[in-house]
Amino acid sequence: MKKKEKDYSRREFIHRGARITLGLTVAGTGVLALARSGPGKETVWQIDPFKCTQCGRCADECVMSPSAVKCIHAYDLCGYCDLCSGYFLPGAKLETGAENQLCPTSAIRRQFIEEPYFEYVIDEELCIGCGKCVKGCAAFGNGSLHLQIRHDRCLNCNQCAIATVCPSDAISRVPADTPYLIKGDFISMEEG
Amino acid sequence: MERNILISVLVILLLLLAGDYNMAQQRFPKPEFESGYEQPDPATPEPRSVELEFFDVIVLLAVLALGAWLALRKRSRKGILWLSVFSLVYFGFYRNGCICSIGAIQNVALSIFDPTYAISFTALAFFLIPLIFALFFGRIFCGTACPLGVIQDLVVIRPVSLPSWVRKTLGFIPVIYLGLAVLFAATGTDFIICRYDPFIGIFRMDGKFLMIFLGITFLLLGMFFARPYCRVFCPYGLILGWMSRFSRWHLTITPSECIQCKLCKDSCPFDAIEIPVEKEYRTPEVSRKHLRRFVLYLALIPVLTLLGGWIGTRSHIFLSRAHPDVALAELMITRPELKADIDNLDIQTFLQSGKSFDQLVEEASVIRGRFRRGGMALGGFIGLALGVFLLNQVVFRTREDYEPHKGDCFSCGRCMEFCPVDKS
Repeated sequence: MKKKEKDYSRREFIHRGARITLGLTVAGTGVLALARSGPGKETVWQIDPFKCTQCGRCADECVMSPSAVKCIHAYDLCGYCDLCSGYFLPGAKLETGAENQLCPTSAIRRQFIEEPYFEYVIDEELCIGCGKCVKGCAAFGNGSLHLQIRHDRCLNCNQCAIATVCPSDAISRVPADTPYLIKGDFISMEEG
Repeated sequence: MERNILISVLVILLLLLAGDYNMAQQRFPKPEFESGYEQPDPATPEPRSVELEFFDVIVLLAVLALGAWLALRKRSRKGILWLSVFSLVYFGFYRNGCICSIGAIQNVALSIFDPTYAISFTALAFFLIPLIFALFFGRIFCGTACPLGVIQDLVVIRPVSLPSWVRKTLGFIPVIYLGLAVLFAATGTDFIICRYDPFIGIFRMDGKFLMIFLGITFLLLGMFFARPYCRVFCPYGLILGWMSRFSRWHLTITPSECIQCKLCKDSCPFDAIEIPVEKEYRTPEVSRKHLRRFVLYLALIPVLTLLGGWIGTRSHIFLSRAHPDVALAELMITRPELKADIDNLDIQTFLQSGKSFDQLVEEASVIRGRFRRGGMALGGFIGLALGVFLLNQVVFRTREDYEPHKGDCFSCGRCMEFCPVDKS
């Protein structure tokens, strides 16, 4: 009986020691993680439009289908051109038929505003984030069309599936209170 | 005089820079509309609010507290079942399985090794809270809060019992998985736990073929081999098991005295109930044999750790290929003709980026250096774990009753329901 009691207390002692050690290890890991990274901040994923090279992977690699990446129109930058290189296929007729459009899903709506200006609006239901229009706009236009991760669709995965395959490292975590990186109006920036 | 020159030069430089910038981006000036056209704003829907992220932490805390109460005090299998269904719906189908505690291991690893990465409060809380609960109450998280565990728990139909050596061998896989996950997260390579999360495709009702395929395979397998992911792969379950083994309190099968009816043994689909050890077994001869093996395995631990470290160091080149930068640099060295391949997106993007090849190689070799140290640590860790695992096989424990294995028990409460002993 006496032996059993001694046995029990030894086991209890070992267990308590292990428990305290493990508890301290867990707490230490938490403290270390915080100390090495500063105060915990919520982040979301976003594309830097100046790094993006419109490789087209955003359309395929997102865990969502269709992708959470969509084209965003920074109207401030748009030249409202008649011949929009983000809308028309190179060398196409200036007519709105699908055969003339760059967008594979006809997600860009072209609308006459006044002579000689046209407005281009993205239909978000149709946009698949392939970036073809972005490439066209950046090549010959102002670069007002650009890709962004839409946070109403993005699941904010722990590791963005597109970020791991992005060839230009354009996708990174940004603070959740500034969730978009929209290209600004460069003229007003200069004046300001 | 000089100051004026300096200022005017600076102004000219600034103007030049600004002009250049402007030229590069704004080829066509913004029109001045006369028809009263109003320019729309680009739509920017807000992400899920930070308060709601914090709310998830509160839900986790509440579920764990309620789960601990149901398992240890109320002893209600039904309560645990309903609570677990709630967790499956909330953390699984509503929150789409992200963030989860299993994946949070990687956030913690990355934040420790990458000073530019700041861990989010939610990820840290999801990592720490279930571990602390396990230290006090056992693996309550597995039984009630983890959506991955619950979805498998609900499909257990006809669990088969595997031989102990098969279970124990399979149970070693999480050690390797955990080590690899930490290595890949710490080197900024990938989050493999998230990439190969089998059930996230089911929670989202969407996903790549591999995800859905893995999920359905695990669920089908789980009908017969209960909770296959938890028992054979889950790296977080491994850490929880370490904690739970030494937990302060733990779910008990009987509310009072065990009558050795063995009913609970058949109720546990996870083979987590240990049978009593017969007193006659512990003869002096057996004790001596155990002691001999104990000393042998104890001496083996440093050998295994060193051996593992050596193997890990040797395999660092292979491991480092998982990093995209290393893979790209190596590809461009071994197959320089690919630089002309316009279909190779990675190489073409790199060539257009303006970064020099030497810079890439330099970066890749820094990453490979990290893998060298990381590989050594990984191998050492696996060797150490193997040593402790072997040692654990010869530690003699006396048991008079049927008891849950504190490390393996998920606190699902099935055995409590089967126990015929009254509370009195």
